[in-house]
Amino acid sequence: MEMTFAEKILANYANEKETIPGQIVTVQPAHLLTHDNTAAIIQKVDEELNKYGVYSKNLSIIVLDHVIPAASEKTAINHKKIREFVAKHDIKHFYDVGEGVCHQVVVEKGLALPGKLLLGSDSHTCSYGAVGSFSSGIDRTEAASLMLTGQTWLKVPQSIKVHIKGSLSKGVYAKDVILHIIGDISASGATYCSVEYHGEVEQFSVDDRFTIANMGVEMGAKNSVFFVDDITKQYLKSIGVNESAYSPVIPDLGASYMQTLDYDLNNVVPMVACPHTVDNVKPADQLEDIEIHQCLIGTCTNGRLSDLEIAASILKGKKIHKNVRLLIIPASKQIFQEAMQKGIIQVLVDSGGMVLPPGCGPCLGAHQGVLSPGERCLSTANRNFKGRMGSKDAEIYLASPATVAATALNQTITDPREVIE
Amino acid sequence: MNVWKYGDDINTDMLFPGKYTYTCSTAEEIKPHLLEDLDPTFSGKVKKGDIIFGGKNFGCGSSREQPVVGLKAVGIQAVVAKSFARIFYRSAINQGLLLIESSDAVESYQSNDEVTLDIEKGIIMINDKTFSFPTLPSEILAIQDAGGLLNYTRNKLKEQ
Repeated sequence: MEMTFAEKILANYANEKETIPGQIVTVQPAHLLTHDNTAAIIQKVDEELNKYGVYSKNLSIIVLDHVIPAASEKTAINHKKIREFVAKHDIKHFYDVGEGVCHQVVVEKGLALPGKLLLGSDSHTCSYGAVGSFSSGIDRTEAASLMLTGQTWLKVPQSIKVHIKGSLSKGVYAKDVILHIIGDISASGATYCSVEYHGEVEQFSVDDRFTIANMGVEMGAKNSVFFVDDITKQYLKSIGVNESAYSPVIPDLGASYMQTLDYDLNNVVPMVACPHTVDNVKPADQLEDIEIHQCLIGTCTNGRLSDLEIAASILKGKKIHKNVRLLIIPASKQIFQEAMQKGIIQVLVDSGGMVLPPGCGPCLGAHQGVLSPGERCLSTANRNFKGRMGSKDAEIYLASPATVAATALNQTITDPREVIE
Repeated sequence: MNVWKYGDDINTDMLFPGKYTYTCSTAEEIKPHLLEDLDPTFSGKVKKGDIIFGGKNFGCGSSREQPVVGLKAVGIQAVVAKSFARIFYRSAINQGLLLIESSDAVESYQSNDEVTLDIEKGIIMINDKTFSFPTLPSEILAIQDAGGLLNYTRNKLKEQ
């Protein structure tokens, strides 16, 4: 039988010849990602962990990123408990505060590889489809159970084929593509589904694919994936992973899809997701009377080197508007260092930007730039839910790094094509 | 018994704001903040046996189990919605909170209608109309029967 990516990879992990949508399979993921929530997870099964130990010290990837450095005594205690747990159980893949946003770290350290299945207690775990992994979010309780048993159940999803053609115009980026798609199919348009990207995707770098896969969950997807090609191979080689280290999974030609969606990139323009849902998207040039108080460039969606580079190219030699705060959050320490070496950080700081430590920053409203009532933030993050960045009476708009940088100059939402030379 | 009715795309930040996610994890800590930014009256008035009706994509957003833990702890009998986001759905299975996917029931419900549930038969009654909902696959029922995933896992570990 011809199978989709999800059917194939779940068959591999369930030791079955084939699987069909709706089937429940038992799988042992290659890795389990948890972050600051590890403290709450291990607390649930403290007794069992003492009695039975962890299933495998290689299974867990733990990255401290959500509230770093600790913002309160309580978060500091959580971090301390996690470090003690890591030492006690000899957890092999632990990244302490300052290393980066968990999803970036997982990919950058070569822990998400083509053909691998990963689960994580964070909804944006779906990001690793950027390098051909099957990855999906679960909750804390399930993560606790996985730490003890190494296995869980998954329902084989239906698949949606997204077929890409055409090419992006100047000033239009991967973020605009995914906002365009979510605006088209809605925040629940891919619920329970595996989303596969086909067609002219060679124009997307791994950074671009990361942005698109990351936002899969914003349309309800279980996972979203780009298939391994020369771009993936080159990227993995650049981080020290040779082709012999992985076995790509590619869907069969005759596989059956619940739906096929066609997008012509020539029709995509700079997009902005307006409050308070990600599918409430409008072209940036229709929002030019919206005044913004805080601009944020970073997060697991758009805090990579190419994102910072685009922002720097727009802000070079200029000053941001005096009534705007510009927060810059490199997605990892490695990106931060590369951005320093390339002079990108210098440009961003010279223009008026403020650099925060590599982590989630204010994206989830816990610290480092939360909003007051009546304020508006234009962010490169993935979520604009009411109350997410602090006050429920604040507004969050989402856009590409170019749109955010252009807006920082003008204070009102600005189509980046107006400022790109 | 009260019915609480909300719309489409009720997300995890509405159900339990992200700013509390690393400071509240027990049911007692969670309860006062349930639905805080969606319906400030909810946490003060909710009673054991109440039912929530939602539209499509209920529970979308973060992997955040506090809303599920909280709704279970205050005694919500079931959440009935047109559809659920998948992490929320799994979370409900893990905590033993009943979710019922039924667009017809949601569309039929009007304020002050009488709602009753028969979980064993898999039916929800709104006034005199009956809507059936599918029972869960056996693999998943085993988790619910054990009283949630942690109990299920504990039982398995003891057997080994």
